[in-house]
Amino acid sequence: MSDAVAGKDGDFSIADGQNLKQRLRKATSRARWQAVFMVAPLGVFVLLTFILPIAQMLFRSVDDPVVSDALPQTVVALESWTDRSELPEEAVYAALAADLKFLRAGGADGEGKSLIGRLATRLNFDTSGVRSTITKTARKVKKIEAPFKEAFIKADKKWGQPDIWASIDRLGGAVNSTQFLAALDLRQDVNGDIVSQPEVRQIYVTLWLRTLWISLLVTVICVALAYPVSYLLATLPLRISNLLIICVLLPFWTSLLVRTTSWIVVLGQNGVLLEALHLIGLVGEGADRPQLIYNMTGTIVAMTHILLPFMVLPLYSVMKGISPSYMRAARSLGANPTLAFVRVYLPQTVPGLGAGCILVFILAIGYYITPALVGGQDGQLISNFIAYHMQRSLNWGLAAALGTMLLAGVMALYWLYDKIVGINNMKLG
Amino acid sequence: MSSLPPYASPLEIVWHYAFRVFCGAVLVFLIMPILVMIPLSFNAEPYFTYNSDMVALKPEAYSTRWYVDIFKNGMADPHQDFGFSFIADSWNNAQWIHSMKNSFIIGIFATIISTFLGTLAALGLTRAHMPYRKLITAILISPMIVPIIISAAGMFFFYSDIGLSQTFPGIILAHAALGTPFVVITVTATLSGFDNNLVRASASLGATPQRTFFKVIVPLIAPGVISGGLFAFITSFDEVVAVIFLTEFEQRTIPRQMWSGLREQISPTILAVATILVAISVLLLITLEVLRRRSERLRGMSPG
Repeated sequence: MSDAVAGKDGDFSIADGQNLKQRLRKATSRARWQAVFMVAPLGVFVLLTFILPIAQMLFRSVDDPVVSDALPQTVVALESWTDRSELPEEAVYAALAADLKFLRAGGADGEGKSLIGRLATRLNFDTSGVRSTITKTARKVKKIEAPFKEAFIKADKKWGQPDIWASIDRLGGAVNSTQFLAALDLRQDVNGDIVSQPEVRQIYVTLWLRTLWISLLVTVICVALAYPVSYLLATLPLRISNLLIICVLLPFWTSLLVRTTSWIVVLGQNGVLLEALHLIGLVGEGADRPQLIYNMTGTIVAMTHILLPFMVLPLYSVMKGISPSYMRAARSLGANPTLAFVRVYLPQTVPGLGAGCILVFILAIGYYITPALVGGQDGQLISNFIAYHMQRSLNWGLAAALGTMLLAGVMALYWLYDKIVGINNMKLG
Repeated sequence: MSSLPPYASPLEIVWHYAFRVFCGAVLVFLIMPILVMIPLSFNAEPYFTYNSDMVALKPEAYSTRWYVDIFKNGMADPHQDFGFSFIADSWNNAQWIHSMKNSFIIGIFATIISTFLGTLAALGLTRAHMPYRKLITAILISPMIVPIIISAAGMFFFYSDIGLSQTFPGIILAHAALGTPFVVITVTATLSGFDNNLVRASASLGATPQRTFFKVIVPLIAPGVISGGLFAFITSFDEVVAVIFLTEFEQRTIPRQMWSGLREQISPTILAVATILVAISVLLLITLEVLRRRSERLRGMSPG
């Protein structure tokens, strides 16, 4: 730094008189902007093609404008309905008649008739059996004259019960939480209190518990299977372990559908496993055979097989770095093998164990393909119901609510993974 | 663990062998279903199980008819003699060939996009001055973590709204997004072992930044970029949920075709296709191993 001269306030400046601190700041800022510009294209890409679509989909879980779009006057009129044991007053019925007449005439944009269909579907998801009430009444609405209350009840007696009115009131808010309640087997009753769904419609709590249970079970089985194998692979001579690890890497790299197909071949009713057991006389023919696939057993076996490499690989890479001298030292200091393992070896493998467990659990909880193909009735998980509501029942709001809850759980685990392992330490293969 | 000392007690000897048998069983559990399927794909009968003739290794119990079926299924005239028109018919009409073409088209374009964007981002993320590095990394890797059904459902609505659903660009963009985390992770890992003194040495020897990038940085990170690209390709090649939600028959891929095969009429042709996919996985595995060794040799690490 022979060119540098000390400035009056202790800053250094170089021969051309520029302040060194300023130049450093400028250089740092330039480097920062360079880095940001390199990351920006991918950031924008992921934002547009991935995060924005998901955010928009999740918004559907609360965004529920059908009822307020279709029946704006009724929704406003219903605000005066406070005594829920009585029917709403005449003005509300009049508002409903006006709304339905307007829709029948084409509505605001000529789409009124299709809006009636959507209204009927939406209310039917909330209170089953009211679809026909809406469509039937809408067809007759031209003939409905004052007094409206009697006319409506004559058109369909459901208008004489508070349930349908409570339903319209509940869904009248363009943003409401009905779908989240439904995703937990809950609903609001006529008085607005939160109560359980009727027993026949309770499926989601069972489903959430089953998803958690299967994910947990698969994680535990993976630990039980992967820990000894990783230990063996990490302690065998490199020549042999490089050969054996192919047994882990080949399934890891093989297509998911291929592996599911192979389990259908192995576990099927006339599959390889049962035929082999039949040959040695352990199982009988036909109906005597245990059902191994298209039920929860099939889901658990296939999921364990598919997720096991995700447990072996992090464990293996951690165990590879543990020197055998620690165990020898523990033994020579008088610990028996069990104590030496629990107090010396196990704690050193916790990072790999944590990484593997969270990874396997995250993947298991959102599993879709394998349960759909080999799960049968009782092996379906939450993802399969999201798909069902997306494709079959078209109850997109409920699909979005289930998805939001699933995503929240996964994100919490992702955060935990970051805390324990660090995303930067994530390795593949 | 590798050898038993001479003073081992009987209990230790039993434990030693029990442990190995257990581990052997787990490894068999991992590899067996895949191996079992391969001979069955050569079954002469349309069944999913071994018959006594197959076990006795009689040649007439084996055939390649299911592999031929891959090329024939869906052809306008599957009984014609082999020749130019047969190939043309198969290329244009066979269902599996149709999905294979789609899988490669979608996979290759998605890989190009995700490799380019992912490598650039990884280069930025490993710069010392990158602000909010952890948060941004977490966001960029999220497509790998978010359950695929949620990603697919989100894309279904969004891509329908902007008119990209049931088009090739739509599914290519979706697969590119799903593949980028793999590129980011692999290239970041390669760059974290990168010796920055090489850049300084290059600069002090008079190279421009561009020359340093192409002559020093690119050759060193190339193995990481290629394996990241392979990861992205296999992600797209193996992906079925987004394909279910975002495409129609025109864009049907191999996994999508297998999916309907497994759900509707299951035929041994699926086993033949699965065997071919296993062979592709083996090739991929070998390529990755070669790349890994090359990368370690280039960076002066001992191969391991």
